[in-house]
Amino acid sequence: MSPFFIITGIVTLLGAVFAMSLRNLVHCALAMAVAFSGIAALYLQLDAQFVGFAEILVYVGAIAILIVFAILLTRSGEAPEKSVLTSGWLAGIAVSAVVFTMLGWAVLNSSAIPKETPPAPVATVKNVGDALMTKFVLPLEIIAAMIGAVIIALKEESKNENSGRKS
Amino acid sequence: MTALQGCLLISALLFAIGFAGAVTRRHAILVLIGIELMLNAANLNLIAFWRFGPHPEALTGFIFVLFSMAMAGAEAAVGLALIIAIYRHKKTSNLDEVKELKG
Repeated sequence: MSPFFIITGIVTLLGAVFAMSLRNLVHCALAMAVAFSGIAALYLQLDAQFVGFAEILVYVGAIAILIVFAILLTRSGEAPEKSVLTSGWLAGIAVSAVVFTMLGWAVLNSSAIPKETPPAPVATVKNVGDALMTKFVLPLEIIAAMIGAVIIALKEESKNENSGRKS
Repeated sequence: MTALQGCLLISALLFAIGFAGAVTRRHAILVLIGIELMLNAANLNLIAFWRFGPHPEALTGFIFVLFSMAMAGAEAAVGLALIIAIYRHKKTSNLDEVKELKG
């Protein structure tokens, strides 16, 4: 593991911690964008260039903007005076600590982890496109159909809403 | 510690942070951010196993992550639309005050 990889991982985790612990929601969205950029950098270091740039495009670009829009539309931009945690927060933190302990123990003690690092694979855009259009063409069409179903359902709902307002 | 174990530990910690935030925070949008962090932890796992697994030339983990990102994008759009619909209906996005479906 190179030191740059470790630094990127620490930045990602710090961004995630701040995204989950700051009081002001706009600051949370900003820390979330930092965490997603860190994950994109981790992808780039793992020789998955296409996924890394898609991560920047989808998460840092689209989803962060969507979340900022939702924060401002629900008027929760300023920090609340009351507590931001639910009543059972101690149990939640305990459960997540147990989850991390179990996962970490399994990762560190597993015998299925290969010891040697294989040579870097070639995942150029051409290879990915070839695989998507030959071997994985059925999953691609299914996922396009699912997202199309979501869009059709959203359109239907807004039409009903408009007609409801008119009557 | 091998590079694969490092990746898996980072993603396990990311999952735990996202889970803790989704369970403990009151605001609905923060719960959604926690879910996004958990999805990204799973994607990081898939990429790590693709990179350090026995047959990286098959591109299976890579393509799986692309599909998973498409699903996560659709899921985030639907989730935020739900949050805005609940806000318009009840004028709150505090999860402790949305109790209609509570058993």
